[in-house]
Amino acid sequence: MSSNFGSMPLRYRVAIDREQCMECGRCIDNCSYGVFRRDGDRILINSRNCTACHRCLTYCPRDAIMLQEHPCDYRNHPVWTREVRESIYNQARTGKIILAGMGSVSKLPIIFDHLMLDACQVTTPPTDPLREPVELRTYLGKKPSKLDFRQRSNGDVELSTELTPNLMLETPIMLGHMSYGALSLNAHVAMARAAKETGTFMGTGEGGLHPGLYPYQDRMIVQVASGRFGVNVDYLERGAAIELKLGQGAKPGIGGHLPGEKVSADVSRTRMIPQGSDAISPAPHHDIYGIEDLPQLVNSVKEATERKKPIFAKIAAVNGNAENVAAVARSGVDAIAIDGFRGGTGAAPRVFRDHVGIPIEVAIATADRELRKQGLRNEVSLIACGSIRESTDVVKAIALGADAVYIATAALAAMGCRVCGNCYQGLCPWGIATQRQDLVDRLNPDVASKQVANLIHAWTLEITELIGAAGINSIESLRGNRDRLRGYMLDEGLLEILDVKSVGA
Amino acid sequence: MCGIFGVMDKRRQLMDGSSIRQALSMMNERGSGEGAGYVAYGIYPDYRDCYALHVLLDNTCESKAVVDATLGQWGAIEHDEAIPTYDQPNLRKTCTPWRYFFKPDATLAPGSASPEKDIITNLVMQINAAPNGAEIISSGKNVGVFKASGWPEDVADYYRIQDYEGYIWLAHNRYATSSPEKWERPDPFNLHDWSVVENGKTTTYGTNRRYVESFGYQCSMSTDSEVIACLIDLLVRRHGLDINLAIRALAPPFWEDIDRMPEAEQKLNRALRFAYGSATMNGPFTVVAANPDMMVGFTDRGKLRPMVVGECGDRLYIASEEAAIRAMEPGVESITRPAAGEPVIGRVAP
Ligand code: SF4
Ligand code: SF4
Repeated sequence: MSSNFGSMPLRYRVAIDREQCMECGRCIDNCSYGVFRRDGDRILINSRNCTACHRCLTYCPRDAIMLQEHPCDYRNHPVWTREVRESIYNQARTGKIILAGMGSVSKLPIIFDHLMLDACQVTTPPTDPLREPVELRTYLGKKPSKLDFRQRSNGDVELSTELTPNLMLETPIMLGHMSYGALSLNAHVAMARAAKETGTFMGTGEGGLHPGLYPYQDRMIVQVASGRFGVNVDYLERGAAIELKLGQGAKPGIGGHLPGEKVSADVSRTRMIPQGSDAISPAPHHDIYGIEDLPQLVNSVKEATERKKPIFAKIAAVNGNAENVAAVARSGVDAIAIDGFRGGTGAAPRVFRDHVGIPIEVAIATADRELRKQGLRNEVSLIACGSIRESTDVVKAIALGADAVYIATAALAAMGCRVCGNCYQGLCPWGIATQRQDLVDRLNPDVASKQVANLIHAWTLEITELIGAAGINSIESLRGNRDRLRGYMLDEGLLEILDVKSVGA
Repeated sequence: MCGIFGVMDKRRQLMDGSSIRQALSMMNERGSGEGAGYVAYGIYPDYRDCYALHVLLDNTCESKAVVDATLGQWGAIEHDEAIPTYDQPNLRKTCTPWRYFFKPDATLAPGSASPEKDIITNLVMQINAAPNGAEIISSGKNVGVFKASGWPEDVADYYRIQDYEGYIWLAHNRYATSSPEKWERPDPFNLHDWSVVENGKTTTYGTNRRYVESFGYQCSMSTDSEVIACLIDLLVRRHGLDINLAIRALAPPFWEDIDRMPEAEQKLNRALRFAYGSATMNGPFTVVAANPDMMVGFTDRGKLRPMVVGECGDRLYIASEEAAIRAMEPGVESITRPAAGEPVIGRVAP
């Protein structure tokens, strides 16, 4: 049945400066969405297919391509915005839930941008990282809250507290969970190499572990999600740590979704699902219907791996965050990753992505505070994730109480991703979020891993400078050190929740 | 800035306060004339079994009534009186120093390994956190803090510090950065056994404070030394760490140094940093702390503030400047400047 909507206003308009164009056809080759085609020696354009992935712009030798977003205005209306109207048209036509890629696009203020960092002036000297050590080494996992000693026969005292396994990171930045399937093998290999090179870890996401990643398995945190894709004891044993995915910030309350187009032969083998089938994870883990079930799952995973590996849990940041975190902290896990509502995703229902959940800044602050209040802070490490965009976000997240962060979209961007938000189409022209071999081949793992490693390295240097300037020479002295933050134009209620003073105070 | 000074006699020979006053005033260029303080161990032999509470009272009616009532709840007041003071032209008196000799009722803290000290801790936190015009500035047995806003000499003369005799003295010459008018703000800070003077300003006040507060301490003074006193009490009394290890937890070695240690030591140091990451103090500081049995000095691991150690006979000195030590002990036998991360621990003979 057709609709009366006809042609909707264009999202992007692509134009070619014909003076400049030399008709080389590189744009045609590069665009996987079919924007360009050739008619004789003229390049024709179908702007409707464009996703603003910028691949053509990058490869045009003449800088001849121009791209404009929203070339056609709607009547301006503050309530009936373009987005609202377009969603209605879309749903009136299809009758379906609207899927969207990447993180939230809502125009809510970003709290990180309203937090200012501190620096030393006269009462304390800044630490100069070029001349003095500044330690970013971070251990993730359970820590004893007090130590026990025993007296040896010769009178020496000896530590009797046994330390539980921790992950040692050279920098508090980890690469977050994005599955093989959602991402290409080359993207995974690139990130795994970068993790190894920079002394950090990478999450596998819920898609299993491809044999191509076995060489980096000591740098991988293998994920167990509600779909249990790719999970068997071999998988668990290969990881440096195991993460139980209980929720995701981009879509709290629902499970992962991998469109069938992306389930290639290799992905199907790794995930242990039929080729071409949609992989839709259930909303809950069907063995966790209450918090008391979680310790059982934690324990069985621990037992399966002889208690040698730290177990993480990842939850989405929602209203009852402090309570959720305290509950999970009692379940025996070693670290909790909290995913804020701006977290990215390959595909999520638009209404979830833009409306469900709370900001990571608030979630980390309330989690840290609650754990301290309940005397549980040493039981778990806290990992902040969901829109960590730059080194200052890392510093602010740690000052609010995190031990480390996961970055994901930023790592993709380091490999070329333009955050076009069309990952679910499986046609990523950068070879990142696709399984089409010709596209995958575009991403050279050697080059991409260097770029990701460069990003982590650059942020690490910036963090060192930032905390050095604040007179701090060890990252654990930044953790929960909210006194080194000030809120700029944040309301009183929020300042109180963040436990941060206003600028000037 | 700030200048700090500590002296301990290993044989518990008593020293009167006049020489401490003189030593502290040698470091006047490190201060701003807006705060000085002294603490001495051994000054109340007649009440050695009582907790001596030094309190600064806004007034001797309402504020004192609050203290009387709170103490009455938790134990018995054996004796109380105004601390003798002698007006000084340069001191603007803003409160009345008072002292109580108090016996806590141990049955009120059942199940505690050190019930009396738990009661004292709670009592001090409770009174100091409330806006009641009373601040308890010291609370240990046979020990007392004397402090005020002013130069060291004026503060000493105000209390006639020469009339007190102690075997350990700590003193502090303050360079004020906030609330110069508040008499409770200069160091020393004391919490029953432990007294602390600091030269420095940590960059981890917030982290450290949140850490001790999660164990029930309450810090109301916004100053490092208060938190440090709580940290030491927590680590030593409640967690049972040897003072050596407690200091190592507060100012731990760098990871790269730990990586080079022998296996067992590595394990110990890693465990300390794991357990006490939030207790670690960062930023520039030299701390001198004492309890009835020892005096210790330690610095941040970069040693951004000075620490000079002098020894002469039974006397151990720790100070910001050698001149202060020489003012008290002109013939000092040894002067050393320990490297960063090398604590000084002196114990009185048992
Ligand atoms: S890549 Fe640039 S120059 Fe080549 S055909 Fe396309 S627009 Fe023309
Ligand atoms: S990874 Fe996704 S958002 Fe990034 S360029 Fe590819 S399709 Fe676009």
